[in-house]
Amino acid sequence: MQNSRTVEIWVGLFVALGLAALFGLALRVSHLNEFRNGDGYRLTAYFDNIGGLKKGSPVTMAGVKVGQVESIRFDQQYYKARVELIIRSDVDRLPKDTNARIMTSGLLGEQYIGLEPGAEDDYLTDGDLIAHTQSALVLEQIIGQFLYSTAAGDK
Amino acid sequence: MIEWLRRLGATTLGSLGRLGRGTLFLLNGVAGLPSLLRRPGLVVAQLYSIGVLSLLIIVVSGLFVGMVLGLQGYYTLVDFGTAERVGQLAALSLTRELGPVVTALLFAGRAGSALTAEIGLMKATEQLSSMEMMAVDPYRRIIAPRLLAGFIAMPLLALIFNFLGVIGAYLVAVEMVGIDAGAFWAQMQANVSFVDDVINGTIKSVVFGLVATWIALFEGYDAPPTSEGVSRATTRTVVNTSLAVLGLDFILTALMFD
Repeated sequence: MQNSRTVEIWVGLFVALGLAALFGLALRVSHLNEFRNGDGYRLTAYFDNIGGLKKGSPVTMAGVKVGQVESIRFDQQYYKARVELIIRSDVDRLPKDTNARIMTSGLLGEQYIGLEPGAEDDYLTDGDLIAHTQSALVLEQIIGQFLYSTAAGDK
Repeated sequence: MIEWLRRLGATTLGSLGRLGRGTLFLLNGVAGLPSLLRRPGLVVAQLYSIGVLSLLIIVVSGLFVGMVLGLQGYYTLVDFGTAERVGQLAALSLTRELGPVVTALLFAGRAGSALTAEIGLMKATEQLSSMEMMAVDPYRRIIAPRLLAGFIAMPLLALIFNFLGVIGAYLVAVEMVGIDAGAFWAQMQANVSFVDDVINGTIKSVVFGLVATWIALFEGYDAPPTSEGVSRATTRTVVNTSLAVLGLDFILTALMFD
């Protein structure tokens, strides 16, 4: 065993390296969840089909991320998917008739909600409902419609 | 038939006895922890031999595991035109699984075997008994500092492993293969969550640290006081720790990531 001073210096270096690695992982490699409780405001939207949308999927406007999906539930009353969105509090000027669409990034990429602003003067606030929604495109349905229309065209 | 039954019974009783002695051993060790507040020097000395001396193997393997992940990930992902996602692949694999598990396996081989041999020899040469004769509690003086040091060292080693793995992936993906550095870091940062991935991985390594140190110390303490007994105990430490870590990793993964 070396003298205790050298040992202590080495242990100090070891602990400092470990903590530096934690900071490196925190700052460079990963992100903190941007939304904590009470941060941002919530909106609700009903969709006929959410496709592959998941909790935590991004909500974007003009391609810029402005929020994320907070929760997804099945609503027994309307037989639709009830999706809660949480929007950054500084994005507070979404018109009442804003349109929410479920879109896919790339051909096989993840699904996200794209918001398109409407034209009304009133803005959406916490707890409001997004009335205009458009469901996810389900590949089987598109192929089915395509086959149906080509078969109809043959006659 | 009776002989077979007898053997089954003996094996069951033997394993139960070991489990009981192991649990009592851990409880005694944990009960010795508060007395370390007055003697922090004991923990520092153990942190040196368990943590600092394991640094080299952790640094080298972290770097190389990251580089291999970067290269293999690139070969597969480049076919799909998403080569810049190799950073995300490497960082997620490292923080969630490879970091904690590989660190624990290396720890078992580097530090665990040394602990078992040390404790086993202390017992074989009756150092532990002579301590008791001098009214020094070996649990407080010998076991507790090693337990605490393993518990602290493992997550730190795993964090260092993770970070160097990411650096290794960066070296291969950006410096060697030529992926754009901005896309590499951006994809990684956008898809690796600090709480869900980094912290959960660290919790895993804390659990592994406790289990690995416990098994190593107990095997040494429970070893027959002969040279053959110590050598067998050292082997058992590495085998049992590896099995325990891999099994626990599955359970923790099932609990943490949904």
